[in-house]
Amino acid sequence: MSSPEYEVIIIGAGSVGTPTAFFLALNGYRVLVIDKNPSPGQSSNKRAIGGLRATHSDPAKIKLGLRSLKIISSWKENYGDELEWHQGGYCFVAYREEEEKTLKEVIPLQKRQGLKIEWLEADELRKILPDLNPRNLRGGTFSPEDGHASPLLANEAFYRQAKKVGAEFRFKERVTGLMISGGQIKGVKTDRGSYHAPVVINAAGAWAAEVAKMAGMEIPVTPDSHEAAVTEPVQRFFEPMIVDLRPVKGSANYYFYQHATGQIIFCITPSPSRWGFDERETSEFLPMVSRRMIDLMPRLKNIRVRRTWRGLYPMTPDGFPIVGWSREVRGFLLAVGMCGQGFMLGPGVAELLTRLVSGKPGPDDQEILSYLSPYRSFVSEEILK
Amino acid sequence: MIDKRLYKHPILSVEEKPLFKFYWQDQELVAREGETIASALFANGIRIFNYHHKDGAPQGIFCANGQCAQCLVLADGMPVKSCMELIRPGMKIQPVKGLPELPPIDPETSFSFQPIEELEVQVLIIGGGPAGLTAAIELGRLGVNCLLVDDKHRLGGKLVLQTHRFFGSIEAVYAGTRGIDIATKLENEVRQYPSVKIWLQSTALAVFSDKKVGILKEGEKYALVKPEIILVASGAREKSLAFPGNDLPGVYGAGAFQTLVNRDLVRPTEKLFIVGGGNVGLIAGYHALQAGIQVVGLVEVMPECGGYKVHKDKLARLGVPIMTSHTVLRANGKESVESITVARVDEKFQPIEGTEKTFACDTVLIAIGLDPVNEFYLKAKEFGLSAYAAGDAEEIAEASAAIFSGRIRGLEIARELGLYSGEIPSSWYETANILKSKPGKTYPEYFPEKESGVFPVIHCLQEIPCNPCSAVCPRNLIEVDKNDIRKLPVYYLEKNGKGCIGCERCVVVCPGLAITLVDYRKDPQFPEITIPFEFLKEIINPGDKVTVVDVEGNPLTEARVNSVKSIKGNDRTILIKVQVPKELAKKVGGIRLQPQIEPVETQYQGKMPDEAIICRCERVTAGEIRKLIREGIRDINEIKTITRAGMGPCGAKTCTPLIHRLFREEGVPESEIIDQLKRPLFIEVPLGVFAGLNSRPAEEEKENE
Repeated sequence: MSSPEYEVIIIGAGSVGTPTAFFLALNGYRVLVIDKNPSPGQSSNKRAIGGLRATHSDPAKIKLGLRSLKIISSWKENYGDELEWHQGGYCFVAYREEEEKTLKEVIPLQKRQGLKIEWLEADELRKILPDLNPRNLRGGTFSPEDGHASPLLANEAFYRQAKKVGAEFRFKERVTGLMISGGQIKGVKTDRGSYHAPVVINAAGAWAAEVAKMAGMEIPVTPDSHEAAVTEPVQRFFEPMIVDLRPVKGSANYYFYQHATGQIIFCITPSPSRWGFDERETSEFLPMVSRRMIDLMPRLKNIRVRRTWRGLYPMTPDGFPIVGWSREVRGFLLAVGMCGQGFMLGPGVAELLTRLVSGKPGPDDQEILSYLSPYRSFVSEEILK
Repeated sequence: MIDKRLYKHPILSVEEKPLFKFYWQDQELVAREGETIASALFANGIRIFNYHHKDGAPQGIFCANGQCAQCLVLADGMPVKSCMELIRPGMKIQPVKGLPELPPIDPETSFSFQPIEELEVQVLIIGGGPAGLTAAIELGRLGVNCLLVDDKHRLGGKLVLQTHRFFGSIEAVYAGTRGIDIATKLENEVRQYPSVKIWLQSTALAVFSDKKVGILKEGEKYALVKPEIILVASGAREKSLAFPGNDLPGVYGAGAFQTLVNRDLVRPTEKLFIVGGGNVGLIAGYHALQAGIQVVGLVEVMPECGGYKVHKDKLARLGVPIMTSHTVLRANGKESVESITVARVDEKFQPIEGTEKTFACDTVLIAIGLDPVNEFYLKAKEFGLSAYAAGDAEEIAEASAAIFSGRIRGLEIARELGLYSGEIPSSWYETANILKSKPGKTYPEYFPEKESGVFPVIHCLQEIPCNPCSAVCPRNLIEVDKNDIRKLPVYYLEKNGKGCIGCERCVVVCPGLAITLVDYRKDPQFPEITIPFEFLKEIINPGDKVTVVDVEGNPLTEARVNSVKSIKGNDRTILIKVQVPKELAKKVGGIRLQPQIEPVETQYQGKMPDEAIICRCERVTAGEIRKLIREGIRDINEIKTITRAGMGPCGAKTCTPLIHRLFREEGVPESEIIDQLKRPLFIEVPLGVFAGLNSRPAEEEKENE
């Protein structure tokens, strides 16, 4: 039998698949990426708003987030591409006792994991965010090393650099089946051909469950959708991503920041969740989010909204990604269920996948993988969603 | 003091309005009530409004229609589109340099968010131009519950900018009446129907998947309308053109120009150059002349102008150099347009070296064609909402065709609602097709042999849908085929032994100004010619020496004006009478208005097409995009990712066709190109509006808990 053409095939050129292709190819692997879209990042990546934080509430995402931050923040220096990275920090604000309690609770764990994060009382917080509404403000967390970048530019940079180091991409090609023989993955069939490799990575985002099914696996990844919008650009008037966790009727948390271009980008989590693949804009989003944002920061009243869109969050029952080898099909690797955090976790996950493929796990990998295992019980609940 | 306002216009009435002070960069200037900030600035000779935040390039007006943000200024500290905001007494206007500062608001301010108005209607009509109005009239007549929204201050769409008499069918679409007057007629009619609700200054922002349409109501409030059927009659947008210097202040579309001149009554230019010989460019040239603006030239890349020959001839007769088989090479100037360089093109439309000519001008109008504004139609279809399109939003054609297609769509919608059970006559569809048709065959000029009495000479040589001349002759001596009004008019010297009485009605009514009257009765050797003229009466007086030209503007002779006549009831066309030798008499088509225009000598810089700006909002050049196309990129979404082309305030409305053009130039077939995703909003709207706050800045701010 002839040797397979590729060493790794990645399904999906999105926030996870593209950086994974880069890191694998950089490490000398022959990589093929297959995506149904005409160019990279055209599903959920381009709909991400661009926040990058390590401020999570569990060791796995904190570690992956820290790596992603490191990769994105040093990218321009290392590779020359402009990613519109801005280290503005993240700020979770608290206007009620509940949120204050939640936020303060996780700080010790976050600090243990090496995060730079502090609780700021209202007056200190207002020094960082003078435009924040001070009425009933209790304070908030500030993590100055988090930031934001352009998901589009980042994906495009990973794509170009991946091609430079030898990765191949096939666009407008839809995966129709997986070739499996004797419990070992052999390759991928598409609507245009078939490609062989001993390792296939499922990085199909919102469509991951469909791909897993081709290997006979049931994985609990279901897309939910959030809407977002971007405004006109104005002079910078605040630095951090602002997250308001308060639930109100119709929505859970929402968040916004000022991008490197000067534009405000914002997003809200609808409540109840909107399950399914529908990415069409709704009339409810803008009235819902605008009131909350203006209430929080009155200055935003006059900024003009330019564009709005809706994107998919591939959710898992416990809010944690699914990363790890299939036990049933050798060579089938899952990197799915990023729960809307594919952009901020993707580069870190990409490095982890590269270590998994090469069989050289790092010191923290076992711990990370235990949180993200495809075979976990999915019953825990994330504190900082 | 510079004052570029129009106080008199041959066709438009200029109301006297109060003047007041405002400030531009702390300089005290005068505005006229009702002016937009942009027009007030133009009236004071200012046409650089801001400097782009990306590279500091000076920016002037571009769309004058609220669609882009090229005219951004700071008004009392607030960044606003100067073409959409009205100027107020004492307003302090500043140019935006770099990114504007978002005005601070006291962070303790509390707001009372009003509920968003929600409204269910049977039919939502987007656009109150010719098509939207006639559809609303049909629906109103049947008592259908309609909402008509239009983003302007008055109904009529582009009709309100049209000072010329309309072509088309006198029976079906008010041919022979001026556009501005058709607007008034249609508005009066639609307002008779109580079931038609009208929101002016109301811009449709988005069609949402829950089948609601978001509307910026009356410029300040957000409303959601849920229609059973949507009719998109949102007209057209102008195509842009890529050439070096296309981003200089002073390069803009013919629509913007007509808005400034015919709506806002300012003279935004002294010397105008036009790119494009379709009807839009030709008519804009005519409007410029009527406003006292010199038109230094017009280029058309094809061997013939695409617009009606009568429009072209009108301009040529008045002394506008019309250069066919010519293209624009570049607009020259430091901070704004100072001249334009054009050249002849070969059969492959490539400029021929050595044929470059440079004309001094301060403004270049781009009038190379229109694209339908059909986003809402496509979105509605995608979201399963019953949708119709009429007028230019459906297919680019003359306003007369839009008037008629609106009527048809109105009845079709009523049928779908079950409120009209009759048939729509098949003749209506035939008429619609005739009105939409492009100009047909052109015939050589033919003159009657007679050299006595009085009779009209009809210089109408091209098949176009038009028939007013056939309806006015008291002796029915002029006929146009009733079944196909594109056929040329036929003149009978006499019918039942009775000939022309010299009533001049045909001369006055012809929209193309293509009929003259030749009168041999006083002096058979020097017959008197009656020429229609749509300019201010005071610019021409009896005894003046004028250059008499043939139908296409070639000089025939010099002559003295016998008389200048305006008749009550002839709707502002004046009649000029001159006497010429009888061998020239029938050839006379008009008189020249402008002196001969010569190109200025300048050093030609060589063509550098890759400097041309493709995305004006984000300042992306042709070179940047061409490089990506050559790398193999076919997805415009990826071009957008890399360059930001299409991410700006206009929403890729201007650059998309230009990017397609670059693909064509690079030999990429249309089938390989992936278009970018189009998303709401149609225009940028303050966040507060969506929250149920009024957008008007001043008063309501500090209303506390």
